Amino acid sequence: MTDIQNPSGEKRKHDEPFAERETNYIDLLGRFAPVIFLLVLIVIFYALNPRFLSQRNIFNVLRQVSITGLLAIGMTFVILTAGIDLSVGSLLAFSGIVAAGVAKGTRTNTLSLGTTEESGYGVLAAILAAITIGMLGGLVQGAATTKFKIPPFVVTLGGLSAFRGATLLFSNGGPISGFNDAFTEWGQGEIGPVPIPVIIFLGFAVVAHIVLRYTQYGRHVYAVGGNPEAARLSGLNVGLITTSVYVIQGFFAGLGGFVLAARLNSAEAVAGTGFELTVIASVVIGGTSLFGGEGSVLGTVIGSLLIGVLINGLVLNNVNPYVQQVSIGIVIVIAVAFDTFVKSRRSI
Amino acid sequence: MSEQPILEIKKASKSFGAVQALIEVDFEVRPGEVMALVGDNGAGKSTLIKGIAGIYAFDKGEIYFEGKRVHIHGPRDAAALGIEVVYQDLALADNLDVVANMFLGRELVQAPWRLDEAAMERATVETLDSLAVTTIQSARQIVAGLSGGQRQAIAVAKAVMWNSKVVILDEPTAALGVAQTRQVLDLVTRLADTGLAVVIISHNLHDIFEVAHRITVLRLGQNVGTYVTAESDQQEIVHAITAGELQFVPGMAQE
Repeated sequence: MTDIQNPSGEKRKHDEPFAERETNYIDLLGRFAPVIFLLVLIVIFYALNPRFLSQRNIFNVLRQVSITGLLAIGMTFVILTAGIDLSVGSLLAFSGIVAAGVAKGTRTNTLSLGTTEESGYGVLAAILAAITIGMLGGLVQGAATTKFKIPPFVVTLGGLSAFRGATLLFSNGGPISGFNDAFTEWGQGEIGPVPIPVIIFLGFAVVAHIVLRYTQYGRHVYAVGGNPEAARLSGLNVGLITTSVYVIQGFFAGLGGFVLAARLNSAEAVAGTGFELTVIASVVIGGTSLFGGEGSVLGTVIGSLLIGVLINGLVLNNVNPYVQQVSIGIVIVIAVAFDTFVKSRRSI
Repeated sequence: MSEQPILEIKKASKSFGAVQALIEVDFEVRPGEVMALVGDNGAGKSTLIKGIAGIYAFDKGEIYFEGKRVHIHGPRDAAALGIEVVYQDLALADNLDVVANMFLGRELVQAPWRLDEAAMERATVETLDSLAVTTIQSARQIVAGLSGGQRQAIAVAKAVMWNSKVVILDEPTAALGVAQTRQVLDLVTRLADTGLAVVIISHNLHDIFEVAHRITVLRLGQNVGTYVTAESDQQEIVHAITAGELQFVPGMAQE
């Protein structure tokens, strides 16, 4: 854990001169800041209300963050290349509603007719549909960014609107709800005490961490974010790598859309509205630089947990829900300000 | 020093829209030789280098490598031949450490999914040692924290690590102080001594006369002469740069 932001995964040497070690303390503090902040919050909320650390509540928090957490894993790839994806919430909704449509074999809400009979194509087809829609959405946006040189902010702002519109068109604005157990199990089920969405979230976090830290592809993602020109001159296919991170983000949007529909037993056309803010906040609070090239999935997981803990703790202590939004906003700004401070100290 | 050029460019031309950046330029470099490439801004130095490196193709012209006609369609082709370029802006990823930069795009892997960090670190340290680069404390330092001279050394080491035969340095001392310039010039001399062909682009004639064996002068996209350093002086080169005799009327497309 000493090397959250060091993509090489190697520990620093201990024989560095004293002056270097001193600056490294600030460096280390910067890396550990999200963890420290998370622990402080946990201690405070536990002191205020011991129920906070009950097993039930811990899994509540984890379940709560699992969907946005999945999206945040994908967003980490995107932001590492100095990109951004504002369309995640809409793409999640679109994937979810298509998955629901495939599972039920209809695009209209049949819950009111009292049927949960299986008339569609089954849960595996639904998962596949959700992920395919997500990845295609990501591919289109990634290609638009790289081929036509449209800034990702603009492309995905378009996606934010277009995918939401597509969702509303698909279901005519309504939800598609009422699935069989094989479907809802993915969102509501548990293995032992652990909710399945939490297992999916943490499982993919581990996979993504390994990909970014230990594989050639991961190294190239960091390189493209750090200096795309250097990456190009070193023979990397920068366009392909950049496109791929949006496809990865799309995969997680699709998966998230399916899991959310399964958890709620309903795919809402308005699902995931505003998720992009929570997701980007998770990534940034976790120490990933919006300028690209620095950050980690581990940081993103901690950032996701931090937001989840903050909201859960405020709810448990009956704080006005509107205050939650204010507090998240403040935390984002503090996190980025701290990151900037650490970097300015480091470069002296 | 061999008399046979390892890299030879014949009549290379390149236009960007209406602008003719290169007009039938000949250029060569021999193994063990430091060849300087000089010229005013816009003379076509970078265009020539980028054509050799495969960043873009010449419109016309032929490239011979070790006596054989070759076609370079991209940086990978150039690298496969053994041509490496160290760019002015160094082309290092600041956020990565020394090892990651040295192996960028050519990482060693243990298995398809796993980078071989230990082997890459060993090779990096060996290369830096072989070039007598002693100023870099740890191969795991992030490049952003290194000085200009250290970064230049990394960029050069990256270029020579791949059994390269021709190393092209684009203004390697432009941003460096006196002591660091000294280190880089020493490094250039050592590279040629090991039998590499070195092409160095520079505006600093003092540096060039110190390390180069021959000097090719470009002016307005044309080769206006190649001089043997020992038989020339700075005044002659300055004259060639500013008023060298042109074969073609500048700006006229050769159809």
